[in-house]
Amino acid sequence: MKILVPVKRVVDYNVKVRVKPDQSGVDLANVKMSMNPFCEIAVEEAIRLKEKGLAEEIVAVSIGPAQAQETIRTALAMGADRGIHVTADAGVEPLGVAKILKAIAEEEKPELIILGKQAIDDDTNATGQMLAALLGWPQATFASKVEKEGDGLNVTREIDGGLQTIHVSLPAIVTTDLRLNEPRYASLPNIMKAKRKPIDAKTPEDYGVDVAPRLEVLKVAEPPKRQAGVKVESVADLVSKLKNAGVL
Amino acid sequence: MSVLVIAEHDNASLNDATRAAVTAAGQIGGDIHVLVAGKDAKAVAEAAAKLDGVKTVLHADSDALDKRLAEAMETLVLKIADKYDAILAPATTGGKNFMPRIAAKLDVAMISDITSVEAPDTFVRPIYAGNAMMTVKSKDAKKVITVRPTTFEKAGDGGSAAIETLDAPAPAASSKFVREELSKSDRPELAQAKIVISGGRGMGSGENFAIIEKVADKLGAAVGASRAAVDAGFVPNDYQVGQTGKVVAPELYIAVGISGAIQHLAGMKDSKVIVAINKDEEAPIFQVADYGLVADLFKAVPELEEELGKAGY
Ligand SMILES: Cc1cc2nc3c(=O)[nH]c(=O)nc-3n(C[C@H](O)[C@H](O)[C@H](O)COP(=O)(O)OP(=O)(O)OC[C@H]3O[C@@H](n4cnc5c(N)ncnc54)[C@H](O)[C@@H]3O)c2cc1C
Repeated sequence: MKILVPVKRVVDYNVKVRVKPDQSGVDLANVKMSMNPFCEIAVEEAIRLKEKGLAEEIVAVSIGPAQAQETIRTALAMGADRGIHVTADAGVEPLGVAKILKAIAEEEKPELIILGKQAIDDDTNATGQMLAALLGWPQATFASKVEKEGDGLNVTREIDGGLQTIHVSLPAIVTTDLRLNEPRYASLPNIMKAKRKPIDAKTPEDYGVDVAPRLEVLKVAEPPKRQAGVKVESVADLVSKLKNAGVL
Repeated sequence: MSVLVIAEHDNASLNDATRAAVTAAGQIGGDIHVLVAGKDAKAVAEAAAKLDGVKTVLHADSDALDKRLAEAMETLVLKIADKYDAILAPATTGGKNFMPRIAAKLDVAMISDITSVEAPDTFVRPIYAGNAMMTVKSKDAKKVITVRPTTFEKAGDGGSAAIETLDAPAPAASSKFVREELSKSDRPELAQAKIVISGGRGMGSGENFAIIEKVADKLGAAVGASRAAVDAGFVPNDYQVGQTGKVVAPELYIAVGISGAIQHLAGMKDSKVIVAINKDEEAPIFQVADYGLVADLFKAVPELEEELGKAGY
């Protein structure tokens, strides 16, 4: 089985982003960038399936600016076999990304595509589901466990009420939730080895995909700020303040 | 113009998140139709018919729709999508699962987790864990939207819509339900509770959550948790509050042994009053707390239970 793992370069999860004064977006100058944490979990899951002998090859794909290559290198250093970099603006919407991935899937013919459930920059939570729709494949989103079962997969999903297990036939789309696994760190020798692994360079035009945005961003604003609160001295003090505030 | 709202429910009762989506639909404008897709979900369709502002309830009932798997929902909604200018669902794990699938099939953008309707084609949604609010104008003819339930009023029960039956699709061969392990609790649902008390890594173990549960039971509160507490196995996954868990906005949120990482704040900072109990006075949670108590939680939380008892709880 071949596994495709799309990975996104995003602001590191430790960074608290700032909105630009002109409200045109968030300030990304000199901000640390990393692989989206959910994508790391996707790469890790693919590697574990390969280590179990269930997959032969892992192809990491990233759609983004030149630096997205570094994100692909990270996936290669973790254990992916080769990469595909589709050069595009950072702002390609999930629908555009899904269309490019669909074209790549038709060329590469993977049996499984594992994506992060959401990117922590735009928080849309859509690319995997959109790709599944475009390919006409089943989807198992928000996965916390993936097991081979018969000709397909049993996937346990994190849902509002608890956990749900579904069976999907292959080929399928899986999107990862936080508790699927703990991604490994790449070792230094593997980082060196990753430098020699091949990355194909492509553009959206190569796949005949129009990535023009469908959503026009009118502004990006600061969220409402909370008033600074007070420290209370004791539990009794706390209870009386909550009573005065009318919430008890 | 007409708007379709896809109801969230468990086949037995209508989830309140649906009410928020109906309110958002009303702000977009036009006739509001509600789709109830489920199995033996007649009671839900009847409840939806009572929602304020709803003109028609479409009820599709079959085995294939029991768990509302994304593939079946796609087939069902695409059959009727032509008639609508906008299709909405609450941003629950259900809506998040099937709505992008429907958007892709309609070749339109997914507009996720909106917190406000500015115009029929313009919406506000949080990005970067709620550290920025983005206003977007859709260029698509049809809008596919999920609605953040906590930021819209809940539609009331003054309506009397007609209920129409829709043909249900055949089950998808590629995907089937196997089993479910749902958390059972007599406490209110996290997303809907007026008071939430959450524990973090500082709780140290699942057993220690008992001290939080006692307070919760006194207050009729729901119990939540940080990711760290869920990852450590103290409590089940559906307790997680945050950017990638549940978003809550109760009257009162009490964070116990939670440091206040941005990912956690994303899920609770719209609460009306926030209380933090943490032994580290530098913990970032104090920056959003209305009332902060610097204390060891193992002393403070039992004391809180006692004080509440004295106060008649
Ligand atoms: C992609 C991604 C998504 C994430 N999504 C979420 C999410 O949805 N929700 C979420 O919560 N997190 C999320 N996180 C994790 C987040 O970054 C933090 O790691 C997490 O919120 C920390 O949990 P915590 O505050 O319980 O633990 P810690 O940060 O370890 O804080 C524990 C706190 O307990 C206090 N404490 C310890 N002992 C005591 C005591 N005896 N008495 C009083 N106080 C005590 C400490 O002072 C400390 O402040 C996400 C992270 C990533 C990377």
